[in-house]
Amino acid sequence: MRAAALIMLKDLRQRVRDRSIFLWGIIAPLGLAAIFSLVLGGITDTQNLDISYGVVDEDGGAQAALFIEEVLEPLNDEGLFTIEPMGSEAEADQRTGDGEVEATFLLPAGFSDAVGAGQPASILVIGNVDSPTFSQVARSIAGQYAGQVNTINASLFTYLALSGEAPDPATLEPLVGEVLAVTPPLTLVDSEAASKQLSAATFYSAAMAILFLFLTVQFGVLGLLEERQNETMRRLLAAPISRRSIIFGKALTSFVIGLASMAILVIGTTLLLGAEWGDPLGVAILVLAGVIAAMGIMFVVTAFAKTPEQAGNLQSIIAFVLAMLGGAFFPVAAEGILGRLSLLTPHAWFLRGLGDLATGSGVEGAFPAALYVALFGIVTGGIAQFRIGRVVRP
Amino acid sequence: MTPDNGRVLEASNLRKVFGDLVAVEDVSFHIGEGETYGLLGPNGAGKTTTISMVIGLLERDGGEVVVAGNPVTTKSTTAKAAIGYVPQDIAIYPDLTARENLSFFGHLYGMGGSDLKRRIDELLEVIGLADRADDRSEEFSGGMKRRLNIGIGLLHGPRLLMLDEPTVGVDPQSRNAILESVERLSGEGMAVLYTTHYMEEAERLCDRVGIIDEGQIKAEGTRAELVSLVGQRDKVSLVTADHAQEVAEALASHPDVVEVSGNESGIDLLVSGAAAALPALLQLAAGAGASVTSVEVVEPNLEAVFLHLTGKALRD
Ligand SMILES: Nc1ncnc2c1ncn2[C@@H]1O[C@H](COP(=O)(O)OP(=O)(O)O)[C@@H](O)[C@H]1O
Ligand SMILES: [Mg+2]
Repeated sequence: MRAAALIMLKDLRQRVRDRSIFLWGIIAPLGLAAIFSLVLGGITDTQNLDISYGVVDEDGGAQAALFIEEVLEPLNDEGLFTIEPMGSEAEADQRTGDGEVEATFLLPAGFSDAVGAGQPASILVIGNVDSPTFSQVARSIAGQYAGQVNTINASLFTYLALSGEAPDPATLEPLVGEVLAVTPPLTLVDSEAASKQLSAATFYSAAMAILFLFLTVQFGVLGLLEERQNETMRRLLAAPISRRSIIFGKALTSFVIGLASMAILVIGTTLLLGAEWGDPLGVAILVLAGVIAAMGIMFVVTAFAKTPEQAGNLQSIIAFVLAMLGGAFFPVAAEGILGRLSLLTPHAWFLRGLGDLATGSGVEGAFPAALYVALFGIVTGGIAQFRIGRVVRP
Repeated sequence: MTPDNGRVLEASNLRKVFGDLVAVEDVSFHIGEGETYGLLGPNGAGKTTTISMVIGLLERDGGEVVVAGNPVTTKSTTAKAAIGYVPQDIAIYPDLTARENLSFFGHLYGMGGSDLKRRIDELLEVIGLADRADDRSEEFSGGMKRRLNIGIGLLHGPRLLMLDEPTVGVDPQSRNAILESVERLSGEGMAVLYTTHYMEEAERLCDRVGIIDEGQIKAEGTRAELVSLVGQRDKVSLVTADHAQEVAEALASHPDVVEVSGNESGIDLLVSGAAAALPALLQLAAGAGASVTSVEVVEPNLEAVFLHLTGKALRD
């Protein structure tokens, strides 16, 4: 333990002297966050103020009413956007085209019947061409709701078929309604709506912070390869200290540098860019989890790389790929393979956790995301431990 | 020194294999207090691998090591605390000053506080870096880096000092300073393991020498013991002003002369017991009508021993 602390202090002294740590840990992420939120902030800042969606109910049935009452109205009530009921498709076309609303949900005639009959049902979305992002949000709300309805439908259908009952629309429809009523359909807008909750300054501050965190942790763990390259590993191994304490010392260095740079970035972006990170304890927990995740990846890279240069390059590539997939540069569609991959990244969860904090949830709002992010680090770092021994030798 | 008393290092039957290559095979030696033991052998002989096993840097594939009564493994901190190690390649942090380098390793060896400060100042004087103590070591000359490299190994006052080719790439002045300090440390009772491929260094410093080649110790002993392996055959070089041919023939008739060869300026002889035979040889030369202008007698050295044992030169 003492040896690990000595190694960390020595490393910190070297890193501070080297100064590149300030570039990667503070200046670059802060600068990029400032640039991004200036350039892209204009679009994103106005969005929360007045986004409105239209809705046309040409169906008039129970299922259409359920969608409007259970999905759209709660969002309206939460102030995420306003809902404008419209009389007909023609009216919707015109008012959406004029940009009065960002997009309009169209519940076609026969929607409820289709749901009741266990047939595929869909909600149409009419989008405004000048507002592609919000049209996309509407489409994903509609698509996921329809998907959910269809899944429930199919399950019920199968259940009834297996239990020998005839799948009669009359039995099915109320059942679908019941299931939908107890399933909170709002889960489907989580990722989109949540990240939209962050102001541009906050979003890009967080995104750049988590991106660069994966680069700054290099300054510790990767040092194992550097010590080997400059032969000082021989001295560390010859000294009366354990091999564990050498690894632990390097991990400590990464941890301290990662945590310090994140703390400076949170404070710096709050003061300089007006970022609003949310509940401080929740942010602290997410940041801690983020540091663990970054260290996990760094350990894997170090355990498999041959030289410090190779490890540095590999870590940079991984940092950028994960950040991109995780939606740190631009939103990633919540559906499809990309959407699923995105949800594997600690970045997506980190941003989602901050989104949850921003919607005003207390500390506990950060727990699920933080748990995933930390587990990501513990699992990857744990795997690396089986191989890190090959670096801690002469 | 009695065999079982005062032994600081006891290494027996060391073995190390890298893939198909047997890098070290059945290497055994011991070093007593105040004794300097040399491992003399060419590049690739297995010197560094042997040292690495002795200090618990490398897992052994066979053999035992005991330092100051404690068995050495890669995990043994007690034994390691008694060893000072100077790696073959310079192993210092270039972005730290000389003092910071010393201080870091001093702390790793459990030193600290004013004791460590005093010791560092003392050592900086010894390695001649007192006036550059607070400069980053990347600014140092090769010789200064070497001296710092050695200083780190000496800092904690080890009982056993391992020097792995410490003079490679060092200017003659620094080299002499290094050799002198090894002599002084040994005089103060430190046990020293010194590896080198320079015959002169082994002859000058080491009480006993192990001649190592292809991972094995081919012979071991004091300089005199090793030299006796080649037989007491001294090389005698005569320079004559004239009559070289006649002189050569006359000298060949002497019973102690084993071999005669001519060179541009004179005659080289291989003689068993040159000291005893020299007067007779000079008389023979005079009898052949030659005036001898110079005589040089070279006793056999470790270079010759190495050649005798392995059939190759120490340096290629
Ligand atoms: N880590 C290693 N992997 C494979 N071969 C090695 C390794 N270390 C040393 N060797 C080989 O073992 C032999 C002995 O090397 P070494 O002990 O460094 O010799 P010396 O120090 O006498 O020059 C050499 O042939 C060298 O190439
Ligand atoms: Mg060597």
